[in-house]
Amino acid sequence: MINYIIRRLIAVPLLLIGVTILIFLMLMALTPVERTALYVRDVPRNDRVLEGIIKKYGLDDPWYKQYWRWLFGTTITTTEDGVTTVENIGGILRGDFGYSRTASQPVGELLARRFPASLELALYAVIPVIAGGIFLGVVGAVKHNKPLDHIVRIFGIVGWSFPDFVFGLLLLMAFYAGTGWFPPGRISDWANQIVTSPAFHNYTKLISIDALLNLRFDIFFDSLRHMVLPVISLAYLWWALTLRVTRSSMLETLRQDYITTARAKGLAERTVINKHALPNALMPVVTLGGNTVVGLLSGVVIIETVFNYPGMGAAAARAASQLDVITVLSFVLFNGLILVLANVVVDILYAYIDPRVRLD
Amino acid sequence: MTAQEQPAETTVLAINRPVNWLEHLVGHDAYRTLKGLATNPVSVIGLILLGMFLFVAAAAPVLAPPVSKDDPYNIPRDGYGAVPKVPGTEWKTRQPPLPFWWKAVTGKDQWVHLMGTASGQWDIYYGVIWGTRTALFAGLTITLAGVLIGVTIGAVSAYYGGAVDMILMRITDLFQAFPFLLTAMTLSAVLTPRLGKGLLAPMIALIVFSWMGFARLLRSDILSLREREYVLAARVVGVRDSRILFRHILPNAIFPTLVLASMRIGSYAITFAGLSFLGIGAEVGFADWGQLLSFARDWMTQLAEYWYIIVFPGVTLVLFVLSWNLVGDALRDVLDPRLQGSR
Repeated sequence: MINYIIRRLIAVPLLLIGVTILIFLMLMALTPVERTALYVRDVPRNDRVLEGIIKKYGLDDPWYKQYWRWLFGTTITTTEDGVTTVENIGGILRGDFGYSRTASQPVGELLARRFPASLELALYAVIPVIAGGIFLGVVGAVKHNKPLDHIVRIFGIVGWSFPDFVFGLLLLMAFYAGTGWFPPGRISDWANQIVTSPAFHNYTKLISIDALLNLRFDIFFDSLRHMVLPVISLAYLWWALTLRVTRSSMLETLRQDYITTARAKGLAERTVINKHALPNALMPVVTLGGNTVVGLLSGVVIIETVFNYPGMGAAAARAASQLDVITVLSFVLFNGLILVLANVVVDILYAYIDPRVRLD
Repeated sequence: MTAQEQPAETTVLAINRPVNWLEHLVGHDAYRTLKGLATNPVSVIGLILLGMFLFVAAAAPVLAPPVSKDDPYNIPRDGYGAVPKVPGTEWKTRQPPLPFWWKAVTGKDQWVHLMGTASGQWDIYYGVIWGTRTALFAGLTITLAGVLIGVTIGAVSAYYGGAVDMILMRITDLFQAFPFLLTAMTLSAVLTPRLGKGLLAPMIALIVFSWMGFARLLRSDILSLREREYVLAARVVGVRDSRILFRHILPNAIFPTLVLASMRIGSYAITFAGLSFLGIGAEVGFADWGQLLSFARDWMTQLAEYWYIIVFPGVTLVLFVLSWNLVGDALRDVLDPRLQGSR
């Protein structure tokens, strides 16, 4: 097991280097002028000044020099009128991703501010995906070809065909514009004033959790109220997929000989399903876990835009539509890192539950 | 043609029942696939839906005549007002040519906004009709290009094996390590200033990150077929490697990839519409369903009143994706009977 984990972990840095190189290649497809946003806040219009900046930060150097600088940053010493200034700048490893034109602030700050909001959404979305998807998938398989199974099947295929933004818009139409129950945004204005006031402690930056820790239940419910619709729209797609995978894997497992054996020796059906079939049937679902993380991260881009939810995805969508490549590329980088790590966790988890994986 | 007239060799094969003209024409395997598709109620619904979309796409100039024949994808606007108009409102300014069937059906000379207008007075009906062409074009092109790249990489990888396989599969891993939508969005933003605003940038961006699933699937299918007896037999007889790959292995290994492709067309159409919903891709006013849906964002608080901005394009998009998914699902059941009803 330890052997397997070590082997798997060795691949991580290689994959990470690959990810950064691919992202950097996209960056190199930009003109040096567009790349100045990596180092300067406002890109000047003056050609002579621009040329100076490009020279100063070496934006037309060979790609490997620029790649190195992009990763680790650079120290620039300038002497002007006898005053020497030393400037440590750039370097994604130091958390300096450049300046976001669309958000008018450093990308690093933007990420730090927006990420907790998206994380909060994704965390709440994972619960129905895992609980509901697996439960209904098992029910569908056990009641194979009964009416309940058909309902579950139809749910699965229609859910999979329903684009998340259409679903989100329809929910908004019904439950916000129609009834006013669940408003868009992250939190109401009155609650926002309290949350941003010094009396309110931000322990985790996840508003619903912080509200509980501050014993402000009104804020807790307010933030839940804002999250209901985006969480449903974010979750149902993966919920439908988890359901389908669980169902087909469970059906496959229930056909195995050892299940017949378990039934033949007189075990209760409940034991056969829960103890003998389910653990094996869940393996493909664990693999799906990595995909679900991918899906939720991609999903927030559209869902947050639909619901005006101030998270990472909405910021990325806004940056991309205004061609602010530096910003959106940093989001890709950040999410790519999360993804690589999530896949490692899934692989190790998989090896833990299925001993056969460790052998090859 | 009846069974009696057939050459003797055909009847010697496993078919000892009458063979109708279609089976004779397309061959046994393809006939079985077609028959399976035609008798499965799920796929029949899917095929009917798909047929409707193909009809709408083909008949777009008749269903919604364009103002200018050279630029039919530009949705006509009835003025510039911000407040949407309900379905059935009459056209006031710059009315496009009246479709001939409208007069035949209603007896009126006045063309109306069949599905209302969005903010900015874009005609929703026109966008839905011409958007069908955009969706079909984008979905099919992205999938086809993805399959071509995927099949090439998967086949080369499985065929050469060793270091080539290792490198190609690690590259595939790498491309899969990116969050799909976010990366496609980025690449599209990189490409747009270079290719101009339009369909090309988002489509290329989606293609670049769409081939990995096809490559992996084909590779694993080839690897398992490579060990079969009939391949060994061909090798023993001295058939060239490339001929074995293209004539013996690929035709048998390609089916799961094609099934996957048919199921992906719908999801690429969703992603493409999603990108244009976010404002990435075509110009404002281009006939595209995602574009139409994005107009709804101007009226978030009053969507109950202006429901037609999302319901018409939204339902159309759902039905479009559903039709491909139903056909793909049935195709898989037919091509792999072992899986029948297991999903």
